[in-house]
Amino acid sequence: MSHVASTTSTTNYLNHHKGIMSWVYTLDHKRIGIMYFVTVMTMFLIGGIFALGIRLHLAKFGAEAFITADTYNKFMTYHGAIMVFMVIVPGIPAFLGNFFLPIQIGAKDVAFPRLNLASYYLFLIGMAISLTSLFYNKVDTGWTFYTPYSTLSTSNGVIFLVLGVFVMGFSSILTGLNFFVTTHKMRAPGMGMDKIPLFVWALYSTAIIQILATPVLAITLFLLIAEKTLGVGIFDPALGGDPVLFQHFFWFYSHPAVYIMILPAMGIISELITTFSKKTIFGYRAIAYSSVAIAAVSFLVWGHHMFVSGQSTLAGVIFSFITMLVGVPTAIKLFNWIATMHKGTVSFESPMLFALGFMFLFTIGGLTGVFLAASGLDIHFHDTYFVVAHFHYVMVGGTLMALMGGIFYWFPKMFGKNISDTLGRYSWVFIFTGFNVTFFPQFILGQFGMPRRYFDYLPEYTSLNQISTVGSWLIGIGFLIGLYAVIKGLVSGTQAADNPWGGKTLEWQTSSPPPHENFDKTPVITAGPYDYR
Amino acid sequence: MVAFCLTLANSFMPVAGTDIAAEVDTFYAFLLWASLVSFIILIGGMVWFLVIYKRTEENQKSAYITHNNLAEFLWSFIPLVILLVIFYWGWVLFAKLRTPPEVVSEEIHITAMQWAWEYKYKNGKTINSLSKEPLNVPVGKPVKIILTSKDVLHSFYIPAFRIKQDAVPGRFTEVWFEAKEKGNYVVFCTEYCGTSHSNMMIRVNVMDPEEYVAWYHGEEKVGEESLADKGKKLYLNKACASCHSLDGSRIVGPTFQGLYGKNREFETGAAVAADENYLKESILQSTAKIVKGYPAAMPIYQGQLDDDEIEALIEFIKSNK
Repeated sequence: MSHVASTTSTTNYLNHHKGIMSWVYTLDHKRIGIMYFVTVMTMFLIGGIFALGIRLHLAKFGAEAFITADTYNKFMTYHGAIMVFMVIVPGIPAFLGNFFLPIQIGAKDVAFPRLNLASYYLFLIGMAISLTSLFYNKVDTGWTFYTPYSTLSTSNGVIFLVLGVFVMGFSSILTGLNFFVTTHKMRAPGMGMDKIPLFVWALYSTAIIQILATPVLAITLFLLIAEKTLGVGIFDPALGGDPVLFQHFFWFYSHPAVYIMILPAMGIISELITTFSKKTIFGYRAIAYSSVAIAAVSFLVWGHHMFVSGQSTLAGVIFSFITMLVGVPTAIKLFNWIATMHKGTVSFESPMLFALGFMFLFTIGGLTGVFLAASGLDIHFHDTYFVVAHFHYVMVGGTLMALMGGIFYWFPKMFGKNISDTLGRYSWVFIFTGFNVTFFPQFILGQFGMPRRYFDYLPEYTSLNQISTVGSWLIGIGFLIGLYAVIKGLVSGTQAADNPWGGKTLEWQTSSPPPHENFDKTPVITAGPYDYR
Repeated sequence: MVAFCLTLANSFMPVAGTDIAAEVDTFYAFLLWASLVSFIILIGGMVWFLVIYKRTEENQKSAYITHNNLAEFLWSFIPLVILLVIFYWGWVLFAKLRTPPEVVSEEIHITAMQWAWEYKYKNGKTINSLSKEPLNVPVGKPVKIILTSKDVLHSFYIPAFRIKQDAVPGRFTEVWFEAKEKGNYVVFCTEYCGTSHSNMMIRVNVMDPEEYVAWYHGEEKVGEESLADKGKKLYLNKACASCHSLDGSRIVGPTFQGLYGKNREFETGAAVAADENYLKESILQSTAKIVKGYPAAMPIYQGQLDDDEIEALIEFIKSNK
């Protein structure tokens, strides 16, 4: 897509400055991205341990429950809160986005490097505040903090958990703002908005949601804290408040947040499918604009979480209608990706396997979303395991599959070392198989009517729960193999080529790892991002 | 064939205990088959491409195709049409599930609490689910449940009837069903409510109407008085009677005769049907909505009446048809 003189320098962003302080004070978007990588993966490990604990309990092997109901509820709360606020929301944008957005548009850095570092520290501070709550009892509100349960709770731990999420929200807002401005102002000469890579389009749409929706979460959480500590009556009916109001506020952020979680993943998939099909993306504009369309519509669908909350029938119908519309841009993306493979030359290295796994799982996640958007049917499925299965298919089968694909795809570029493709394949087999074994039975449990967040259940649900638990171990093994592959690659990976996959976007035109300011010479763009002619 | 597909699709659904539940299942079966076809088109198509377009040599060339307007229009428009059909079908069922018939045979007040349900029948029979007694209802008759909560959110879910409704503290919500066969059906709490959330499981016992009537009028567990009678006492003791008549005449405030369900017009120009939530608000916060043509003269009863008393007063107003 462009002509960049091949790099001759031997310094890169990793050895340009040395010592621990050069990382602590770094303004380099690549280093900040790597710091997010380490942080997010650590939290993923902790969130995953909680998930395995939940599943182990629910299998009910043996007569005695190994944890009490209160401990179970705590596990459920931390699994959700950690995975949502500390893993999936920051996961792709703050890690891979930070590293690759500036490089993909030919910039030296993000628009506000200092703000970028501040976002990272805000994230760390928020995380620390949230995790302080681990030392308190009865932090068991679920990640949704529904009132009046959360305000009536006698535990001060809830305040810390919520306050931490509040602080992390600002990290998210500032990162979004940074990406938004960077995309508009920092593009290399010749790169119009119709020539930016689709990963950037996805991050750009995500940034819009982060900037507009996250402040609402901040306000909501602030009001929650105000009610809990000062007794200001907002949500508690005993103080003249309205508990359903909290749900409106909360989902006004948290539904768009679902797209903060999935849009960047879709961006990665666009990159992987073109590169491994060696073919120009099919319908560039359709994919780019559908990201923006999803971002826009996402603000108007929050009420579909509340069909049985006590909101009016009319409101339910309107939210059901708008939710159906989200299906269209989503379908467009799936069709376009498949059309990209048509008449391409497809190869199956591990990043592509993750992308294909995404296609399979996300399609199931998307289609079951239609079941839940249909108001009359959602009454039965609401708050059952059907919903649990659905959003894990989207969040894990979608987002985490794409994240794994992204890690294996960009690892040689980020660290200048090759990562084992064989280990990647093993990791994929375990995660993909384990995922379906874990979550497919949960659709059936949901049909039976098993509610979510249940410590105990009817005896007839036992065998499906046990299958699901066995699946969770397979997923665990898969991610551990992935972790091993990353460590092995870092320690003993062979020197990576600048462009091992034959990619066309700008990050493949610079050296591996990239130099301190990404390019030795500012690239000049003359063609579209996926020009495989 | 269609019947077979229906049965197959619904093999994991709980038994359909109402006519509407059966309609929901038909809708579910349609969605499942439509999804299966869509999945096969998408993922089957993908796998087919993967097989025939597998890269065989290193420098193989791909075709250069950027877009195709007709294909893109079709795969946007056709899903849209299908989604709108699904939306409409879902809407029809949603409305049915949420709109009780004009006349219901039984109205039962259910109060959710951590971690039990209290069912209160019109004649004052009050049962707490901790006693392990089921919720008795007659078969083949529409039953309306008026829900509220004493503490946090709960949700009343009967899988066999495909119905679910949150119980919200401070307000009333309602849900209805008409069971078509006798039997025991499980009820879950589906809004997370703390330690014993999963222990709030009860049973609905659907009985023969005669059996039900005999149980309903049986001595056991009958309160001292019916809800409406209790309400009448409050009506007299709390001085409601000095302003609200029972015979349609105007004293100071609007009459209670025929009040329930009637459309109320307010000084602000807005209007609302007088349902449970409106009556509760007007008792507690009389100034919130002033009926057109009446003075804002009523004192505030917030803090002077407990939830049981308000329930009784509402039942009394309802009984003045």
